Amino acid sequence: MLAALCVFFVYPALSALHTSFYDWDLLTPPRFVGFDNYRAIFGSGELLASLGTTLLISAVVVAGSSLLGLALALAVHRPGRLAAAARSAVFSAYVVSWVSVGLLFLWIFDADAGIVNRALGGLGLAPVKWLTSTRVAPFTVALIVIWKVTGYAMVVFLSGLAALPPEVQEAAALDGAGPLSRLRHVTLPLLRPTAAFVGTTSLIASFQLFDVVRLLTQGGPVRSTTVLVYAIYEQLFRDLRVGRASALVVVFFVSLASLTWLKRRLFREEEPA
Amino acid sequence: MIGERRWQHLALGFAFVAGLVWLFPYVWMLLTSFKTPQELVKAPTALPGALRATAYLEVFRALPVGRYLLLTTVMALAIALLQIAIALPAAYALGKLEFRLRGAAFAFLLSALLIPAELRFVPTFTLFSALGLVNTLPALVLPFAVSAFGTFLLRQALLQVPSSLLEAARLDGASELYIVYRLLPPILAPALAAFFLISFVHHWNDYFWPLVMTVDDSVRTLPLGVALLREQGSGVRWHIVMAGNVLLSLPALALFALGQKHLLRGLGRNVG
Repeated sequence: MLAALCVFFVYPALSALHTSFYDWDLLTPPRFVGFDNYRAIFGSGELLASLGTTLLISAVVVAGSSLLGLALALAVHRPGRLAAAARSAVFSAYVVSWVSVGLLFLWIFDADAGIVNRALGGLGLAPVKWLTSTRVAPFTVALIVIWKVTGYAMVVFLSGLAALPPEVQEAAALDGAGPLSRLRHVTLPLLRPTAAFVGTTSLIASFQLFDVVRLLTQGGPVRSTTVLVYAIYEQLFRDLRVGRASALVVVFFVSLASLTWLKRRLFREEEPA
Repeated sequence: MIGERRWQHLALGFAFVAGLVWLFPYVWMLLTSFKTPQELVKAPTALPGALRATAYLEVFRALPVGRYLLLTTVMALAIALLQIAIALPAAYALGKLEFRLRGAAFAFLLSALLIPAELRFVPTFTLFSALGLVNTLPALVLPFAVSAFGTFLLRQALLQVPSSLLEAARLDGASELYIVYRLLPPILAPALAAFFLISFVHHWNDYFWPLVMTVDDSVRTLPLGVALLREQGSGVRWHIVMAGNVLLSLPALALFALGQKHLLRGLGRNVG
């Protein structure tokens, strides 16, 4: 098992680091170029911009899906058919493939014939360039991702809610605490570990976004939705620059690792000693 | 208490609206798939005039749907079974056996959980192209043979199994191999079912890896094929794209409906 882990995780990681010091197009032998690939990455604004785009979309997705997931979990954490149906509906999006979701929203957000713009037109509002404006497109992508992944956050929060000891709620209710103050002073503080887990896992997941970008915008318009993984894909399969793609992989991993570390530190420091 | 009652109504109202927001896209996909090109041009948001299957026939004409379905299923099944076959002994070793570096091995496993697949794809791709395996079924299956998540999930489930049970089996002369592959699976059935569903659906749906690893129809999977529907042909094709989309999402949704209980339990369990 350890050997297998080495083959599939450690070898690629070290190999990416190694290759990032070479210039290689897969056809001719690799040529050692030292830090040239890194210099190129940090020298051209385009590649750093994709890091910024990734951070922007990740921030919107993590905040949006966690808050919505928490609100939904609180709303459907009760017996009854309506709550069960809503649970299934929201979670189903998590099970459907990114291709389905991408194509579906490409149609729904179509600038001319899409139902969203038609509905806006029906209300007498101007159509929105959901996927063709550099300012709107990153948020449209984030919105679609939120639709897709909120079910995951909801399910994790639901299991967090189910694990809370019911006596605490009952005691607070006996003491005369209303639903809102019970939520604020009892439920939410107890859900903190769950929230940390949801935050970390959705951060990792949103850093890896690729399918939805490839299907909806191909990184455009004007690279406004070119996230890191999409930039890596372009370097490798469009430009055949294995070395530079590997250097991007290293940058990608270092930024994700430091973000995760930063988040853990912040969470720990907030906790009362 | 009035507060409780109002709170209850508010929550259910919110749940109802959310349900609509999440169900509407599916309904829209289904409705669009029954429309004609003329209807789409004239009034894209009107209801279809009749329930026509023409768009579906068009999908079957444009794509080898049966072939894609078979290949995607074989691939996802192979990955899920391979992952379970490897994760079972690994989880057993990490959960129930005493050995010197067990703590270190488990920490190593946890850190592997944090390494995203995207870190691996550039070197894995160059490795497979060096081996001449691009555009083959092994290239779609082998990179996923080891699942750190699956090992972790099964190990957590194994911790609930009393060691005395395994001790008794050993006294009866059971070999370690027998314990891992015969004795444990029925005991771990709920966790195994959850992990199988998660893994199968995930890889059945996967777009990125088959996109990178396949060149032509010989090993192309269904999500790739359906994504191609949009790029082929010209004119108004949304009804065809949506028909393909219905075919693509239906199996995943059906599997979800059947195994919802296991799936949710599996996801919920890895918390805390």
